[in-house]
Amino acid sequence: MPQAVPAIAAPDPAASEARRARADWITHGILVLGVVLFALPVWLVLVGSTHDAATIGRGEVPLLPGGHAAETYAAVWTQGDTRRAQVAVSTMMFNSAVMALLITIGKIAISIVSAYAVAFFSFPGRMLCFWAIFVTLMLPVEVRIFPTFQVVSDLGLVNTYTGLIVPLIASATATLLFRQFFLTIPDELVEAAKMDGAGPMRFFKDVVLPLSATNMAALFVILFVYGWNQYLWPLLITTSADVETIVIGIVKMIGAEADTEWNRVMATTVLALLPPVAVVILMQRWFVKGLVETEK
Amino acid sequence: MRRKVIFPGTALPYLLLAPQLAITAVFFFWPAGEAVWYSFLRQDAFGISTQFVGLENFQDLFADPLYLQVVRNTLVFSVSVTAIAMSVALLLAVLADRHIRGRETYRTLLIWPYAVAPAVAAVLYIFLFHPNIGLFGRALNGMGVAWDYRLNGDQAMLVVVLAAAWKQVSYNFLFFLAGLQSIPRSVLEAAAIDGARPVRRFWTVVFPLLSPTTFFLLVINLTYAFFDTFGIIDALTKGGPANATQTLIYRAYIDGRVNLDLGSSSAQSVVLMVAVMVLTLFQFRFIERKVHY
Repeated sequence: MPQAVPAIAAPDPAASEARRARADWITHGILVLGVVLFALPVWLVLVGSTHDAATIGRGEVPLLPGGHAAETYAAVWTQGDTRRAQVAVSTMMFNSAVMALLITIGKIAISIVSAYAVAFFSFPGRMLCFWAIFVTLMLPVEVRIFPTFQVVSDLGLVNTYTGLIVPLIASATATLLFRQFFLTIPDELVEAAKMDGAGPMRFFKDVVLPLSATNMAALFVILFVYGWNQYLWPLLITTSADVETIVIGIVKMIGAEADTEWNRVMATTVLALLPPVAVVILMQRWFVKGLVETEK
Repeated sequence: MRRKVIFPGTALPYLLLAPQLAITAVFFFWPAGEAVWYSFLRQDAFGISTQFVGLENFQDLFADPLYLQVVRNTLVFSVSVTAIAMSVALLLAVLADRHIRGRETYRTLLIWPYAVAPAVAAVLYIFLFHPNIGLFGRALNGMGVAWDYRLNGDQAMLVVVLAAAWKQVSYNFLFFLAGLQSIPRSVLEAAAIDGARPVRRFWTVVFPLLSPTTFFLLVINLTYAFFDTFGIIDALTKGGPANATQTLIYRAYIDGRVNLDLGSSSAQSVVLMVAVMVLTLFQFRFIERKVHY
């Protein structure tokens, strides 16, 4: 039976071409506008950090770079501000880096071994352990502020790296991601390893770890950003300058806005932004893949 | 679901699970349990004696006009942040999904705000909206608008909403883009052959196919606005002026850490736990259904 020919009026190719070109221009226009709106506050802060305190304080809001970049950055790097926090930004950056890296490595390490246990073994209470980890998704630190502070304080961990880092390294998300990935490792690989006489730890080291590299890279980006950007937890746990992180430090520098050294705040903001933004942009490929997979 | 081929032994898996379970028990279950227990207790003003008061802390909480205002603030804040962050992200994702030059560059230039800490995003917004040193703040005052988010509660709410939404757009953008890219070309081509114009095609074909992503992001954005925006509020407004930007998390922090009100803070923690459980269960129920779909 002959197919009925669909009765579509052939569109005029020239008109359709023109419409497409116009649509492309509108697309570029809106996307550029979006990019500019995103970048605008960062541009303001970057430019502002190259002017002196008086210019910013007078409210001139410069839109083009000035000539005081070197002195401002040198001053914040070695002494922070002169009014309130008075902690060198280099110290705060170091603390943030330690916190972010240890949280990242800690989360990945304890999650990958937990997921390995849950996926590759059978033992009494397996599902109970799995659910115990899973349930922590529903207990972010924000909902148990006071009692968690109490526990950390009872353990004498206030103002220590341990108190800052260890309570944050349990990770349901990472464990779920690794477990899901381990379920896709073919049985033949495990059989072959067993036939060769490899024990579970050998198999973990030689097969599972290398196969997990991509997942670890993706988690590294997400968790580094998570660790670097922590705010409420350090605010509760740290009161001394020795363990102050940069995100907390900026807010302290602003204080109650009485003679705040805004140019120094701006320089510190730029420095606080750089590491996590650099990690996301440089590791973009893994990050995008990892983010979309972790959450689904 | 489980693997068919596994390793023997029970000591090793317990050992592997020990660190995670230990941290979970000490820093999650113990404090969560304490929060529930404390929520039924009340301390006297000097912290000397403590007595069991049943549900009184909860009754007081929901009879407190300030707490009810905080609940309302949280709803206004969360719904606004979610609506703005999702609609802007959807628009940008649809455009970035078109076959134009420089798609990859646009993507890179739109995702970096994901990496910005909430508190740092708030500091960036000070330099946009501060009445004396902010770009827009000064311009508004120059045009005769009495702009000062430190004095006007509605303006303060607007600024924290914009800062919170600004930071969340890139996350939503990535998920919408991934959702759009997973729609089969054949479906889009079929719609195009049917002669549907692009805008109509979007609302009748593309948007319904994106609904799993949209619902997922809805829950994620509400959760973000509820729980992850403490830094934004603390850095920008400290909950003020006159409590206008205090959200549930901020209130729990003030009562627990500043006012040292054990019973009330714990009752608030319990309320928040229920909220996060409802959101999480909603999300997982939904994802399960999506698998069948």
